[in-house]
Amino acid sequence: MVDLIIFIVLLFLGYGFGRAAEASHYKSIRKRERFLNRIPAIASRIPPYGEPNFDSQLVSGNVVISVDYFKRFSATLRNFFGGRVTSYESLLDRARREAVLRMKQEARSLGATMVFNIKFETASIHKGNGNTIGSIEVLAYGTALIPNNIEVAHTANLMR
Amino acid sequence: MIISNLEVIPGKRIQQHLGLVQGSSVRAKHIGRDFMAGLKNIFGGELRGYTELLQESREEATQRMLAQATAVGANAVLNVRFSTSSVATGAAELFVYGTAVILE
Repeated sequence: MVDLIIFIVLLFLGYGFGRAAEASHYKSIRKRERFLNRIPAIASRIPPYGEPNFDSQLVSGNVVISVDYFKRFSATLRNFFGGRVTSYESLLDRARREAVLRMKQEARSLGATMVFNIKFETASIHKGNGNTIGSIEVLAYGTALIPNNIEVAHTANLMR
Repeated sequence: MIISNLEVIPGKRIQQHLGLVQGSSVRAKHIGRDFMAGLKNIFGGELRGYTELLQESREEATQRMLAQATAVGANAVLNVRFSTSSVATGAAELFVYGTAVILE
């Protein structure tokens, strides 16, 4: 009986705090995405031709996000019925977008105009009870192209 | 030293390839962080302690790779890749590798 009460309390706590955390995280992600849209992240391997006036430097961003009790419970339920596990989908989506934002933030502080060859690396670093995912880490990295004189910076700005 | 995950650097020619260089770092989490992670597993949210831990160990791995690159006389490391694996419970290996080259 006590176990059941603890379980229900944890479930409600997870639902309440987890949803609040997710909503505020999404809000901040959307806000920063609008701001950092000026620095395009490009997944192409080949840097622009005829652009010798760029310095390049590796930039990266990482984030570790934890699941909450409710997400884990609903994912366990999904294991019975199959189908999309939306609770984990939003978790991974948040982590990837956050990692890209942190990478772009680093690129911005270096004065870069674009980031090339974006690669993602995902790892579940902390296994919870019964081998369920406790938290996930996403790393995003790429090469920031930094215009090395004022004129280049200006034309790069015009090109956008 | 230029580090890039592109295969070529815009505007620069590769003079000589010096082969693969790599660096790795194995880190374990500590109990304080683990306790916080346990709490966060109920409430959800970012685990800042882990984010920093992984970032630090990645930097260390990169430093080791750069030390190797300097030792072979390179001035750039191209096509850099990161990789993560958990070698034991509670410990993760952060691995970084790339091609050491001499740029003109």
